[in-house]
Amino acid sequence: MEAGAKSEPRDSLIDQELTPAMLAMEIESKLPGATVELEPEQEMMTVNMGPHHPATHGVLRLIVDLEGEVVKDLKPIVGYVHTGIEKSCESMAYWKVIPFVERMDYLSYFFNMQAYCGAVEKLTGLEVPRRAQYLRVLHMELNRLHSHLVWLGTTALDVGAMSVYFYCFRDRDRVLDLFEMSAGQRMHTRYFQIGGVVEDIPSGFERKVREMIESLTRGIGQYEALLDRNEIFLLRTKNIGMVSRERLLELGVTGPLLRASGDAWDLRKEADYLVYDELDFDVPVGTVGDGYDRYRVRLTEMRESLKIIEQCIDGLPEGPWIADDRKYVLPPRSELSTSMESLIHHFKLVTEGFRVAPGEVYNPVESPRGELGCFVVADGSAKPARVHFREPSFVNLQALRDMAIGEYVADLIQTLAMLDPILGGIDR
Amino acid sequence: MEIERQKLRLHSSLEQPSSPEELRSRQLRARDMLRGDLEGADLDAYVEERVVATTLEKVLNVARANSIFPATFGLACCAIEMMSTVSPRYDIARFGAEAFRASPRQADLLIISGRVSIKMAPVVRRIYDQMLEPKWAISMGACSSSGGMFANYAVVQGADKFMPIDVHVPGCPPRPEALMYGFNKLQKQILGNPDPGWRSRYGAHGTEEWARGGPSSQPSDEAAAAYEHAREVLGA
Amino acid sequence: MPDAPGLELILAGINAEHPGAVLDTSFDRDQPALIVHPDHIREVLIWLRDTEGQGYTFLASVHGADYLPAEPRFAVHYELLNRERYERLRVKALLPDPAAEGDAADGGHGDGLPHIASVVDLFPTAEFQEREVYDFFGVVFDGHPDPRRILMPEDYAGHPQRRDFPIGGEPVIFTRDEATNPGWWN
Repeated sequence: MEAGAKSEPRDSLIDQELTPAMLAMEIESKLPGATVELEPEQEMMTVNMGPHHPATHGVLRLIVDLEGEVVKDLKPIVGYVHTGIEKSCESMAYWKVIPFVERMDYLSYFFNMQAYCGAVEKLTGLEVPRRAQYLRVLHMELNRLHSHLVWLGTTALDVGAMSVYFYCFRDRDRVLDLFEMSAGQRMHTRYFQIGGVVEDIPSGFERKVREMIESLTRGIGQYEALLDRNEIFLLRTKNIGMVSRERLLELGVTGPLLRASGDAWDLRKEADYLVYDELDFDVPVGTVGDGYDRYRVRLTEMRESLKIIEQCIDGLPEGPWIADDRKYVLPPRSELSTSMESLIHHFKLVTEGFRVAPGEVYNPVESPRGELGCFVVADGSAKPARVHFREPSFVNLQALRDMAIGEYVADLIQTLAMLDPILGGIDR
Repeated sequence: MEIERQKLRLHSSLEQPSSPEELRSRQLRARDMLRGDLEGADLDAYVEERVVATTLEKVLNVARANSIFPATFGLACCAIEMMSTVSPRYDIARFGAEAFRASPRQADLLIISGRVSIKMAPVVRRIYDQMLEPKWAISMGACSSSGGMFANYAVVQGADKFMPIDVHVPGCPPRPEALMYGFNKLQKQILGNPDPGWRSRYGAHGTEEWARGGPSSQPSDEAAAAYEHAREVLGA
Repeated sequence: MPDAPGLELILAGINAEHPGAVLDTSFDRDQPALIVHPDHIREVLIWLRDTEGQGYTFLASVHGADYLPAEPRFAVHYELLNRERYERLRVKALLPDPAAEGDAADGGHGDGLPHIASVVDLFPTAEFQEREVYDFFGVVFDGHPDPRRILMPEDYAGHPQRRDFPIGGEPVIFTRDEATNPGWWN
């Protein structure tokens, strides 16, 4: 066009940028009586969520294929907090592995410790005394309570109920006070030792436990009052993320996810380890396996944990808190100045550590997320040859695809929250 | 009743009034100022007592220090303790930092809470780059300060290998109070009066400076030669 | 756990149908294990899952181990669980290292890595877990729908959990050691 020439009115179809809707309008205006029906536009959009994302419960990266708002495919990419713990364990003595494996699934550290210590106790044939078993169960159930409290707080935060977050963390601090009393640290306490627990509980612990049980019973009542019949919460969780029981079993899913879909599988009842067979508690089971069922199962598990804690503290037997075998367990310090043998045992245990005869075991426990199994290979030296953890979050993550496909992307956040993934466990 | 006007006494308006009469005199002066009855030197003195004269920079620093927006950046276990600092018991809202921002563009502070794996390090760096100036970083916990207990192939041995860090908070995980102490240290840094480092606080000699020919004692000849050799080997 | 006689019965049953599949049994610390030839792993798992009276329908874990310097070096473990009777059984497939033994051992694939059939279509739970074994040990699972690394970065070279892979990391360099003993970390 020459400069100054007036441009023609844009009338021709060729010059215009056409969308199907505009084309339809044109045709309908030029051909009176014609109606044009449009096919819905098929647009797949790939969205990357994470690894830095406020709602992914850690550094989980999801590549989500969306058609409009509906999730068509989902690919989780993990490994952003892979710490090489399993490899590090091969260069540590058996005791030194305990703080490492604690930090895998960082909300259920007592369970990590129990899985590993139980495996090594099976390898060495050590017998854990009854008081230590009760203390272990007590701390593990406190940890289950703590894990579910953090889960509930963060899930409620994702769904939008911020006050529940603050209430849960307030109650969580009460549980952490107990850990601080018995072990000195709030998290990653390294309280379990091969053969028992490191130290006996201090005086005053029992009273604090009972106070905590009381205040937490009220607290759980508060959460139920806030969320159980809350219309928004019901709309967001009911009938969302349902997967059939058979499919969950195929995917290897265990824990509250499996129980919410109707299968009463709990390793505390099936596998007799520690003193769970002497304690009276129920296993909550859901019906349809949607988000609401998962929430109810975990909330009821919190109440059951309180029951177990109360029974443990009521029935705590007297006795030693660690096994007696000096080959694996440190002698009491008072003996070090009198007995030469104790001194030698102490020296050997602290410098090299104990040796374990060759063999391999797999020790599963029921963690708040499902079956946590520890596989230890011993090769006769003082260091394990292989430590592997079968992490429930890692296996449960495979179910996310099935849960999220066909649902809206807004429900994906909630479904992920109900899955309760802990990236430290997934990535190890 | 005739109200007697008292002579202006210069006192800090932040002090509590020592008697009901003083309170009354302050109230009257305030009333007069509002009416426009205070003039001249009286007015100057009145205003001077109540206005803090400072540089704009300092004011901005006070604003920045007391309303830091941390980014929600939890990597691992330390993230749980970071969430604890927001919880009611260890309330970080006391220090103005309860508004955790999800987007790095809206955040001032990156609290790297947790172990930085080699896969995550470029992501952390990219997020730090996306933050707008002024920005700070707290390395929370042993793992992000120095690799922690994980001296292996998968963990970056300290986040300051790839990004600048202002405050390192030790602990595994650090207690929420420890994180808040680190946070307070950062606030002091922002305000412009940073806590002295350990060397000046303890008058520490005989650390590295002597080898670099610092002000204190000189190294022995063998030690100096050895250090020189070490520097060669390191290629520094 | 099936006790020692029960384990022998399982061995007899499998070897009747698939001779040469199970090489050995092991009953150590009350944990039974079947040592299986890697070429027959799918048949053994199908037998254990589908045979009347066995019913090991739940695959709890697939993980690898490196037994260097013992030969064969690699092992892939399958932890099976019978939910009705609560019995666990470990199936162990031992794989030699083709890089050490020469080309014949890698089944002609030519990549120097041990190969074994994937069981993802039998047990979908194995998907992520087999990827992890590949990532850390280099065992290639033939027939896996998504054979990529899972935890290490995509372009990482090496298989970290092999015993001959160095632990990595950096030594902490203390300045006092440099002065008295320079280069001590070598």
